[in-house]
Amino acid sequence: MSPAADRPLLEIERLEVEFDTRRGVVRGLRGVDLSIGRGETLAIVGESGSGKSVTAQAVMGLIDVPGRIVGGDVRWKGHSLLSRSRARQARDIRGKEIALVFQDPMTSLNPLIRVGQQISEVLRRHLGMTRADADLRVLDLLEAVGIPAPPRRAKQYPHELSGGMRQRVMIAMAIACEPELLIADEPTTALDVTIQAQVLELIAGLQETLGLSVLLITHDLGVVAGLCDRVAVMYAGQIVETGSAEDVFERPAHPYTQGLIRSTPRLDDHMERLVSIDGAPPSLLAPPPGCAFYERCPIAEARCATLPPLIPIPNRTAGSVACWRATTNAWDSASVPPGELRAV
Amino acid sequence: MGRFILRRLGQGFLVVLGVSLVVFVAMRVFGDPAKVMLPLSATTEQRAEFEHLIGLDRPLPEQFVTFIGELATLDFGDSLWQRRPAMEVVFERLPNTLMLVGAGLGFAMIMALPLGALAALRPGGIIDRVTVIGGLVGLSTPQFWLGLLLIMLFAVQLRILPTSGIGGVSHLILPALTLALPSMARMVLLVRSQVIDELNQQYVKTARAKGLRFHQVLFGHALRNVMIPFITLAGWEVISALAGYTVVVESVFAWPGLGHTAIQAIQRNDLFLLQAIVFTVAIAIVLVNILLDVIYKFIDPRIKLA
Repeated sequence: MSPAADRPLLEIERLEVEFDTRRGVVRGLRGVDLSIGRGETLAIVGESGSGKSVTAQAVMGLIDVPGRIVGGDVRWKGHSLLSRSRARQARDIRGKEIALVFQDPMTSLNPLIRVGQQISEVLRRHLGMTRADADLRVLDLLEAVGIPAPPRRAKQYPHELSGGMRQRVMIAMAIACEPELLIADEPTTALDVTIQAQVLELIAGLQETLGLSVLLITHDLGVVAGLCDRVAVMYAGQIVETGSAEDVFERPAHPYTQGLIRSTPRLDDHMERLVSIDGAPPSLLAPPPGCAFYERCPIAEARCATLPPLIPIPNRTAGSVACWRATTNAWDSASVPPGELRAV
Repeated sequence: MGRFILRRLGQGFLVVLGVSLVVFVAMRVFGDPAKVMLPLSATTEQRAEFEHLIGLDRPLPEQFVTFIGELATLDFGDSLWQRRPAMEVVFERLPNTLMLVGAGLGFAMIMALPLGALAALRPGGIIDRVTVIGGLVGLSTPQFWLGLLLIMLFAVQLRILPTSGIGGVSHLILPALTLALPSMARMVLLVRSQVIDELNQQYVKTARAKGLRFHQVLFGHALRNVMIPFITLAGWEVISALAGYTVVVESVFAWPGLGHTAIQAIQRNDLFLLQAIVFTVAIAIVLVNILLDVIYKFIDPRIKLA
């Protein structure tokens, strides 16, 4: 393999994003490192506010006032997407080589424009297609994402389509220019459970046929397990653990990851109550200098008040953890009661 | 679409009928046309003769039927002041009002869209602040005072425009501007806040994620959605102008339109002429409303016409 092919498609390096709010500066991302290789499927998991979506938006250049990128870099095939002098090139890449599917298909489409036209717009913008050529291609795309009767659907408006259909339209729009990376920001959260599976299958299928790399952002661990090669766990604007999906789910190293998995209800457990992690994430207005999980961690000790680096885990390929005391099971070995038990 | 327009015309007809009932009751039941229209010195016999002449001595239901019949044929009787059919006076003055409203509000709409959008691009920026302050000043300026101010500046001091009356384009500028500025202020503020709103919508993020250029996002996506509330306000401005603002502006500039004529009719106790004007304005408002509904349908596919 040549060095160029070796290089990850997307590299996120020490990325820092801040948001100005009335109460002060919220540090949304606090030095995030990530990379995605060609054909790879990476999931970012974490709870609301952990910075998953902000990461995706930073890549897509969607961080607006009151937010701003204050440090780090996002590189696509080695070139920065953030530098001012390359803003035009970055815009040419977005929508063509990198495409994004948003969480809420109800609000992500323009209500006043026919869905076919919203798809053809991206073809005309990036591939320079004529209106007629683009309209034909739209029909193929709608077919590819499993929408029946494309000629009829293309002429409809978003309000005439169901949520699942709209998300398929969003996906059709995203794959229109045969991108190399598809970022899916909670693509199934707003959908019915039965539709969720269909949309995930669609993404998995497209990944296979088009050789897409996928960056999947979700808080649903069940979604990750079926779809992704690698997982990155985010907490309070930082990545706390990475690894193969198998490693992270079967042998989680960070106490937070372990708590997250513990709190996921499983069908084969006859638990009558849901387990949760006690406490809440720290405020990002004034994040703690040390480990962000310190306050909630069952095995925290004095040195955890200094920030643990994200270091490779021995005997794990391409895996790392940010914990001074990474163990196999922090919650059972804890002397304090692990987490609050609450009634369902 | 054709059926829809027909239906709305039917509904509009009912509205006009309602207006006619109100006018009838106000004039014939609560008011006394003979008292209003005849001089104080009129004798009882003269009053009786007048009442007989215009049918006031008949039972009310019969009077109403006759009244409706006259409306249907646009026969509002003769204007006492002008000594000719009231409708003739209306048809003579209506084009002037339409010209004034068309020029004034057309200008206001054309200016409001780009100004409001420009301000919205950088909320809190210098253009935005100037626009917002200008807008607030504009919408709180009394129209009669604004008109006088403009006359003093352009007609008296600079002597580049005529003070009043009707003539060429130069006569139209000041009254149209007076009519336009407060409306424009309201529209600019609306467009500004709506564009800010729309640019924060999720679909705009989608459009940007598609790599669309900024002008494509603004004109192709955001402004389309802004047009819905904009058309609503613009329609309201047209109706308010027809039903009120023109009365003030035309009076200030002695512009021979319906508004000015209405004031003159009131001053001269010319009830028949006033009636004709009220009906014309009512019909115009109904038509503007139907036009608005049709425009909505073209902009917003979610609206079902029924």
